[in-house]
Amino acid sequence: MLKKDWWKYLSGVLLLYAIVVGFFVDIPDSMIHQTMRNLFYHVGMWFGMFSMLITGFIYSLRYLRKFKEAEDLVAVEAVNVGLMFGFLGIFTGMIWANFTWGSPWVKDPKLNGAAVGLFIYLAYMILRGSIDDVQKRAKVSAVYNIFAFFLWIVFVLILPRISGESIHPGKDSPPVLPMHLEPSMRFVFYPAMIGWILLGFWIMNLRVRLRKVRLKLDS
Amino acid sequence: MLWREIKFLVAKEIRLELKQKYVINGILLYLVSTIYVTYLAFENTITGETWNSLFWIILLFVAVNGISKSFVQESPARHLYYYTIVSPQAVVLSKILYNLLLMAILSVLSFGFFLLLMGNQVVNIPLFLLTLVFGSLGLSSVLTMVAAIASRASHNFSLMAILSFPIILPLLAVLMKVSHTAISSLDWSGLSSLLVILLTINVVVVALAYLLFPYLWKD
Repeated sequence: MLKKDWWKYLSGVLLLYAIVVGFFVDIPDSMIHQTMRNLFYHVGMWFGMFSMLITGFIYSLRYLRKFKEAEDLVAVEAVNVGLMFGFLGIFTGMIWANFTWGSPWVKDPKLNGAAVGLFIYLAYMILRGSIDDVQKRAKVSAVYNIFAFFLWIVFVLILPRISGESIHPGKDSPPVLPMHLEPSMRFVFYPAMIGWILLGFWIMNLRVRLRKVRLKLDS
Repeated sequence: MLWREIKFLVAKEIRLELKQKYVINGILLYLVSTIYVTYLAFENTITGETWNSLFWIILLFVAVNGISKSFVQESPARHLYYYTIVSPQAVVLSKILYNLLLMAILSVLSFGFFLLLMGNQVVNIPLFLLTLVFGSLGLSSVLTMVAAIASRASHNFSLMAILSFPIILPLLAVLMKVSHTAISSLDWSGLSSLLVILLTINVVVVALAYLLFPYLWKD
């Protein structure tokens, strides 16, 4: 049991650590004061969303190679969990933005990237809903997922760099990795990120299993 | 072999379009009346920026309208017939080429009507025409692929809009940035990176269409 599920325990421990220590750790004094602690939670949502959407993309590719229904189930649930992270990321970001920039939503390439990502994947869900045949739905949505993922990556990774007017941190570094992080915060930040990603895989895993059980009950 | 099939299919598309003139006439009327409505609504308030935004938004709507019919105009039985005699790659590339032709004509026409009704705001005409070429190619390749996806689902017209608007955004954002330069200055410097991105998006989308379309084509 521990051998197979160690990562679930690890996720729980890391997140507990991040939530408890995240509120006690020393943070540098800056213009945004205590709201800096949101870094451990808001950025984690983005990491979770990104890892889920990449998983969905990979499983869509795999589905198109062998046409196994199980891989389509992983793809759709990965996108579902990715959407959940996306919404939570936007909400935690709005709270933070309200403190730091004085308004919950500002016009910024990074925020637009997040919003467009939500639109793309909500459309994916609607596309799935509008096809009744199971195999056709899996195939068509896999094609859309692969196609949309590429264009979304272009939007999120390249455009903020060329437009050069982002006020959101993390512009010149690899996606959203904060460059100038205090050492004390690093000890919370990295474990928290790993914890959020693992939690995403855990939720996805549960949802895929639930779907498989439902499929069995139906047939 | 592929090239011969494509040439044949593009010729077929053109013949079909000329036979059913009401479809192309409908799109032309849509284009002209939309521009006229905006001309009345924005009387005397057109600046370079609004000119640019309006131009691309109208062109986007015209493109969605013109291209959404690509895979639903002909009957499924006839698609089955094509399926037996040509390769799927030839089908999608011929549709992209044909839609490129259509979009090139429509974008030049709408530029003409903009000049007529809203006056000229473009300083750098060669650059703007280059943007139109890239824009036509990008709009036709992305929207052809989305039309193929949407044609596999029910209620495909509303689906076409929700699937295409978010994923066309990266392309549209770069296009608007380049054409904004064409409107505001004669300067070509600093554009090379944008043009490279535009070209890359186009190449990637065409490559994806080439690779993914066969999965949509087969039932």
